[in-house]
Parts: sequence; C-alpha cells; structure tokens
Amino acid sequence: MILTKEQQAILDGERGETLAKVMKTIVMYGEAFEAEKLVPITSEYNHLVTSFGLKVMSPVYDLMQKLLDAGVVSGQKFSVDPRPLDKNVPANFLQNFVFNKFMYTKQDFYEEQLRKLGLLDDKAFSCTCYMDELGNKPKRGDVLSWAESSAVVYANSVLGARCNRNSGIIDIMGSIVGYVPYFGLLTDEGRRASWVVRVNTTKKPEAQLLGSAIGMKVMEDVPYVIGLDKWIGSELNDSACAYLKDFGAATASNGAVGLYHIAGLTPEAVELGEELIIEGAREYVIDDAELERVKKNYPVIWKKPDAKPKLCFIGCPHLSLEQLKDWTNRIEASLSKNGKKKVTVPTVLTAAPGVLEVFEKTEYAPKLKAAGVVTSYICPLMYMNNPLCKKMPVITSSNKLRTYTSARYYTDEEILSAITGGEK
Amino acid sequence: MKQFKGRVITPGEVTAEAVVTTQGFNTLASLQMALQFGDKEVKCGDQNNAELHGKSLLGKALCLPQTIGSTTGGLVLYCACAMEKNPACMLFSGHIDSLAAAGAVLADVWVDGVTMPVIDSLGDEFLNYVKDGMKITVSADGTVSVE
Repeated sequence: MILTKEQQAILDGERGETLAKVMKTIVMYGEAFEAEKLVPITSEYNHLVTSFGLKVMSPVYDLMQKLLDAGVVSGQKFSVDPRPLDKNVPANFLQNFVFNKFMYTKQDFYEEQLRKLGLLDDKAFSCTCYMDELGNKPKRGDVLSWAESSAVVYANSVLGARCNRNSGIIDIMGSIVGYVPYFGLLTDEGRRASWVVRVNTTKKPEAQLLGSAIGMKVMEDVPYVIGLDKWIGSELNDSACAYLKDFGAATASNGAVGLYHIAGLTPEAVELGEELIIEGAREYVIDDAELERVKKNYPVIWKKPDAKPKLCFIGCPHLSLEQLKDWTNRIEASLSKNGKKKVTVPTVLTAAPGVLEVFEKTEYAPKLKAAGVVTSYICPLMYMNNPLCKKMPVITSSNKLRTYTSARYYTDEEILSAITGGEK
Repeated sequence: MKQFKGRVITPGEVTAEAVVTTQGFNTLASLQMALQFGDKEVKCGDQNNAELHGKSLLGKALCLPQTIGSTTGGLVLYCACAMEKNPACMLFSGHIDSLAAAGAVLADVWVDGVTMPVIDSLGDEFLNYVKDGMKITVSADGTVSVE
C-alpha cells in the first residue's frame, strides 16, 4: 500500500504509539484486500455498531479506554446501534435480573466512553441512523467508515454512499485516522453486480423473505435485481425506502450483502442500468415457489414448536415513522375485524428515539397504546441474546432477528393475524 | 496427506483438529452465546449451520469459505482471541471477507500473547478435501497440510 507522508508518519509513531497502532490496524486491514491506498472519509458523521455494554465484551471497552487514555479520538461525531435495555419492554423478574446484574453490567460505563469518543447525542442510538429524524444521512458518493450491516447496505444501495462492510472497532479506527482503505465497495469495479436476480412473483414479495433468499444465494456478492420495481415502484419514496431497509437487512444478515442494485429504482441502477452487470454474471430466478421453499427451510428451534407466542417484536431494523403509522392502522383494523380491543400477544414495535418522539405527537400513538402495543427504542437482537429467551416462544417479522436468535419468522400478514387474535 | 498453499493474513504455526463448514460462518451467531455464558468448549451456537451447530470450536482448525452476518463479527472474533476462546486457526478456501479480516487484524495488533494464524485463498479443493477430525498443520509461509 502506498501511503502519503502524513499517513506514513502516523504509522511510524510520530504522533504517538497508540495512534500508530490504530493506523497499523487500518493498513493491515486494507492490505488483506490488496488496497493500494487509503482515501479520506467524507461523510459528516460516522456510525458504530457496538452499542451494548456486555460484560463479556470487556476486551472492547479495554481497547476503547486505551484510545481515550492516549487522547486518540475522532473529530467526527457518530451515531450508534440501539440500546439493549428498555424498561418498557416486557421482561420477567429473572430476565431483568440477568439483563441488569449479569449481562449488561458495563452499559453505563460504555455509554460514558461513547460520549467521550464523540457520540452525537443521547438520542443517537439506532440501527437506522439515516432516517430524517436522526440526521445521519450521507450523500451520494460520500466515503464512510460505518459498521452495522443493515445501515451499510442501505447507505450503499439506497443513498449511493460508499462503504465496505466494516466490522465494529474498525469503524471507529477508520474515523480516528480519517481514512479508509480503498477496496471493494469503495471502487467502481467493486460496485458492479455479479448476480442477476429476476423477481417473477405473482404478488409483492415480502421484503424480509426476498432479502433472505437473495442473501443466502449470493452471499457477499452484489446482486442486480430485476422486476422488483413492478411491486415497489420507481420512486424512492417513504414506502419504497422502508421496503428496501428491511429487504437489505435480510440480505446482509442472511448472507453478507453490502450493496444491491434495484433496476429502475436505486441511484446507480437508474444511472447506469445493466452496465453495472459484469460479464458472466450468474442468474437467480425467484418465484412464489422459491420464496415458499426458503421460508419452509428455516429451522424451528422452539422447545415446543406449537407453543403459543409469548412476545412479538416488529422493527429489526428499526421502523420508520410511516411504518409505525401503517402498523397502527393495520393492528387497529384487524382487532376490530376479530372483535378484540387489545393484542393477544404482547407486542413491541421498535424505532429510533427521534422517530418515536415524533410518533408520540401524532394521532396514531394513543391508538397504538389503546391496542396494548408497546413502543421501544430497544435492540430486539440484544434483548433476545440470552439463554432465557431461547426457551421463550418469540415471533417476529424480522429475518435478521430470526437469523441470530430463537425468534420465529412470520410474514407481516401472519404476524398481524397472530397478534390480533386471528388464525395463524 | 495433502498440502495446500494459501495467503498469510496473520502469521503463525499450529497443529489442530479440523472442523469444517462449507457454508458461510456467521461469527456472531456462532460465538456470542458461548462467550457470553462461559461455555468452556465454545460450542457453535448458529442454528442455521447444521455442519457446526453444537460442535466445539475452541482450539480447532476452523475451515470455511468466508464469514457472514453482523458487522459485530470482527469484534466478536477479537474478543474471542482476547479471552483465549478462539479457534487455533482460520483457514479460508476463498478470499477472506472484511469482517474476518478485521477480527484477525485486531487480534494481531491489539492482543498480546495470542496467535491465531489466518490463511486465505486455499482453493475450493481444500474445502472439498478437508473433513472434520482431520489433522491440520499450518506453516508460517501459508502452507496447510491436511492428513
């Protein structure tokens, strides 16, 4: 890798041993991908994936402390993934004990570290930092040092920013030195598609199921999806963006997709069209039967597969304001149809603190509350990641949550029916 | 015995028993529960990986195509190394992915006293040939012997 004089001086330790190690990390990371150079980060803000003060992650907090002690911090402020705890979310005595006294004992300590490292503000905890209500929305062409797979794939695909699927810690280290290695999704060539996915379904495919199927098929490659604009339109409006947010999160968690192109919709596909597809690209055709096959193959790991659900999470990644309103309408209508007043399964809708703040001021908030639904800024994944939840029958419309926990995936319609007393 | 030559991401020499996955290794799903709740054998917790689920990863030669999933993957791997709960080595048939590379580099630069050789580009034939329980020897130049 060819470094500038300034970069080489940092690596040589002229600005201290700790900063030299940070630069060494970024250089070695780039060399693993034959990166020829480092390029400046151009986004206004960074986004970090590590939001949780898990006791077991002590090595991470030790490392952050080394950075703080050496005064090695970034000038770039950042948002971070959602908090793992929220008293609003139903939990029994034992769960609360395990969460607060055993698992997340480092939460306060770590949040203090985050503030010192450059956290935007106390509301900057969400995986959907790019929502207007949060304000960390990069521009097309911006170079990022983000982590959080669902945010990275959204920034690349929907916003046209440029970011590799960086890991936690690498995210902040890039920001500290101000540079990221030039490889992969930062390059024009790395953004070309090696898969053509043809969507031949007879109805609008479920975002999180379609994303799962594509993620599992293409893994870390870039897919060019043809036929989806028929169902979600050719304009990046609220509805299409929310769809792509959920679709992308599933491609990234069920596989390792960092960028997708949707023909006729996403910015690079609109500009460059099928020029983005490399010669010899493989093809994957998705029809109704293929989606059904994928869904049927998800393992059911509940102790009693026919158990009555005890909790439902909707919003991984976090919901948009429009999605919160839409769920409110659908829950209200379905309860009415089924002759019920409140949801029959404890249900949590999750969204960013700033989004919830706006939602609370709308006419929808009291309706949702009256239906017995809880809203929260929590990370459902962090809530579920413990052995107590493994025994708990939790349902979700998130394919990301299904992938990492024992939560069982259902389509939005199935979830709606299950929580409003209809037939599953 | 068969030998394969790969590219050294982080150097080292080790001999260990193989555990093999032919699908992507989801680092968070595989390791988090084991690390969080002190599983001494570090059994793989990824329910979506039938080849590895429930198998011990500690001190094993983990043979894989790539890692997948959450971008916490690299820091989970870093923590596993810092806590000495890591595989003995990681051997990739293809090019290493960005999350695994981050974990390997973070462990190499920031963890003292732990060596986890990471070799990539060993080829599809490597992953077709190697099976659970085979003896793996990793040399400093990236040569991997399988017997």
